[in-house]
Amino acid sequence: MIQQFADWMVYGIFGLDATAPHGTAVNFFVYDTIKILLLLFLISFLMGLVNAYFPIGRLRQYLLTHRLYGLDYLLAALFGAITPFCTCSSVPLFIGFVKGGIPLGVTLTFLISSPLISEVAIAMFLGSFGVKATFVYVLSGTLLSMAAGYLLGKMRLESYLCEWVRNAQKQSNAQSEQWDTGNVSFAGRLPVIVGDSWGLVKKVFPYVVIGIGIGACMYGFVPEGFFESVLSSHKWWGVPMAVMLAVPMYANPASIVPIVEVFVAKGIPLGTAIAFMMSVIGLSMPEATMLKQVMTWRLIGIFFGVVTLLIILSGYLFNCLL
Amino acid sequence: MEVKVLGACCAKCKATYSIIEKVVRENDLDVTLSKVTDMAEIVKYNVMTLPAVCVDGEVRIKGRVPSESEVKALLGV
Repeated sequence: MIQQFADWMVYGIFGLDATAPHGTAVNFFVYDTIKILLLLFLISFLMGLVNAYFPIGRLRQYLLTHRLYGLDYLLAALFGAITPFCTCSSVPLFIGFVKGGIPLGVTLTFLISSPLISEVAIAMFLGSFGVKATFVYVLSGTLLSMAAGYLLGKMRLESYLCEWVRNAQKQSNAQSEQWDTGNVSFAGRLPVIVGDSWGLVKKVFPYVVIGIGIGACMYGFVPEGFFESVLSSHKWWGVPMAVMLAVPMYANPASIVPIVEVFVAKGIPLGTAIAFMMSVIGLSMPEATMLKQVMTWRLIGIFFGVVTLLIILSGYLFNCLL
Repeated sequence: MEVKVLGACCAKCKATYSIIEKVVRENDLDVTLSKVTDMAEIVKYNVMTLPAVCVDGEVRIKGRVPSESEVKALLGV
């Protein structure tokens, strides 16, 4: 159906030649963009639904009142994945979690998985690589956040938090009831959820176009096998190098996936490509400066170090498995 | 009326502030509008997601950018 629409628009309305290279290129571009935007709308709508009925305040309450024997890490990772929030929310979220007594490790799991598994990246992955690769991405993101949170929790890093945070942590849980209230009917919520999804699509649209544009240029100009020679799976340093390059970088997931798609098309193993993407969107300088308000540099260093190491490991693992 | 927008670093927080500013200006409301950017101050409001809008000391919107009509309802226009 999308293909028919793209054909109709490109060959019918624009009058481009279906047999000429630029005709098929524009057709491909239109088809790809529409497909990705539809997926994006759908996925952010689904996530909006879950968030409306299970808001973050309730997750916090649940984690506080139940003993979960490790399952709390899984819950934190999954909720991190479906909860969209901007970087400046990471501080209040962090405080909200540790204040009531949720372990530091579980809190960090949430903080790691939230940018690492983004609804935008999932939609783009589905559109570009299909279901299997998307599953691998989500699964490795979840496991990685759990493992990193667990390891960091075991390291007893509480003393490296800023002093005012440690004071907040000691506070009683007395005010926890007022965290989340609000009972709006489904009909009342639906327009807001649809509006938010539409808002996301509009916001991300330019990034998708930029990403596909850069991807298309790279596809045309980067010689076949160029990355193969640099980042091939046969060389052991392929994964660490991709990750090291990506950690200081930050790009919108909507722009990075089409670029990663070209990497894969030009011979980079999928595991290396996913590791690269996760480091770009999961760890960044803006996030580090934000976390500086609650953590000492030392803790941020350990935090980034552990996550980087695990991303590298998962890259190796998936290069072996896929 | 006293309105505070919590959070000021990200694009969403800025958008929230300018929507409220616009509604106040267009309707000539008697509202003291301010930004709260200090994180230690923000966490006292018990919000976990930003941007948040606080009207007369009560948090009314959190974690998203309100629409213009929502802001109007909030400010009693």
